Amino acid sequence: MKILVMGPGCPKCEQAEKTVRDAVAEAGIAADIEKVKDFQEIAKYGVFSTPAVVIDGEVKVVGKAPSKKDVLGWLK
Amino acid sequence: MSEQNNISCACNGGAPKAVKDEAGVGRILLLQALAVAAWYFLYLQLLPFSEWFAYGLLGLDPASHLGSAVQFFVYDTPKVLMLLLLVVYGVGILRSFVTVNWTRAFLAGKRESAGNVLAAGLGVVTPFCSCSAVPLFIGFMTAGIPLGVTFSFLIAAPMVNEIALVLLYGLLGWKVAALYFATGIGIAVVAGWVMGRMRLEQYVEDWVREIRAGEAAEEPHMTWRDRFIYALESVRDIVGRVWKFVVLGIAAGAAIHGYVPEGQLAVIMGSEAWWSVPLSVLLGIPMYTNAAGIIPVVEALLGKGAALGTTLAFMMSVIALSFPEMVILRKVLKPRLIAAFIGVVGCGILIVGYLFNTII
Repeated sequence: MKILVMGPGCPKCEQAEKTVRDAVAEAGIAADIEKVKDFQEIAKYGVFSTPAVVIDGEVKVVGKAPSKKDVLGWLK
Repeated sequence: MSEQNNISCACNGGAPKAVKDEAGVGRILLLQALAVAAWYFLYLQLLPFSEWFAYGLLGLDPASHLGSAVQFFVYDTPKVLMLLLLVVYGVGILRSFVTVNWTRAFLAGKRESAGNVLAAGLGVVTPFCSCSAVPLFIGFMTAGIPLGVTFSFLIAAPMVNEIALVLLYGLLGWKVAALYFATGIGIAVVAGWVMGRMRLEQYVEDWVREIRAGEAAEEPHMTWRDRFIYALESVRDIVGRVWKFVVLGIAAGAAIHGYVPEGQLAVIMGSEAWWSVPLSVLLGIPMYTNAAGIIPVVEALLGKGAALGTTLAFMMSVIALSFPEMVILRKVLKPRLIAAFIGVVGCGILIVGYLFNTII
């Protein structure tokens, strides 16, 4: 599973990354988590508001930091 | 987000869930009505309570410095926080509809002029933080929204914000709040329009113009229940973040209120000093603060003889021309376009400053 956390590095983006890492650890899944800071890369996914989370190429949330419950739901 | 699942499984599980949601919505609406009634009742008690607290319980003299400072603090702090709760919740509901993607789709194909006005209006309610400025800019460009219209949005979004509006209304009354709102929107519309006329498209970084972004990523569908939760979350997030600044700001304001002699500030921030408007704009640019901290201080300054135009100009420059945002925008804009942005918005703020100093 490949998870992208998109955002230039504002507090909310960092919060999103932390939540994703916590959720992945809790679920006990082997996932490759990557932080994407490059705007060109972010725009390719049609994401125009950050933070955003993309799992296996599918955009899960745009413009807000998800809750741990949200992320656990996506990981199932 | 769990709604994502609702879309894909609407065919087999959508209906029963919708019915359950509707029943829940009725209950939430009733709770909200009760909460607003309680809010209003409490709000009416704030002034008598602050007077009783300062003059009755603590036995302070209403005419004394300490007495007036304490009463000011005890009245204004809960008042502003209560207004913030209510407004942030309301704006939260609105924001659940006006997302960045919706705004992008809505503004695409709108012509200039009308587009500038709509963009400025939407800028006020769209969820937007300065670190989202770049993706949002790219989103607007790739949707074919004219550069000037994009700038109307980018200017209005930070400049006219709900926290500043609440503080101005709570501390200075509805007239000043309305003036701030109208001139903020005015600057965004006119500055965006002027920048559109200047034909600055070639000063957008090349890679931005080369991106052919496809469809915007789909945002999950929200039920009413989700919208209420979203609004509650934004209250927790925003009020949770700014309350400290509000309290500190009002405490500083209360101190100035009680102790700085009347008229002392008129010399440097009064309407007589012509240079005070440009100076306060220049001072505002490198400052990094937010409306919550600056406005209570502004309120106290005004009471001591600072001119309204100068003070508004300072506030707008702090919020709309912040240096950190320029650094972020540099990733997509060439220096000349950033210079044009600062120049046009700066001129707008100067005009507002002089205008208010002249008419009030």
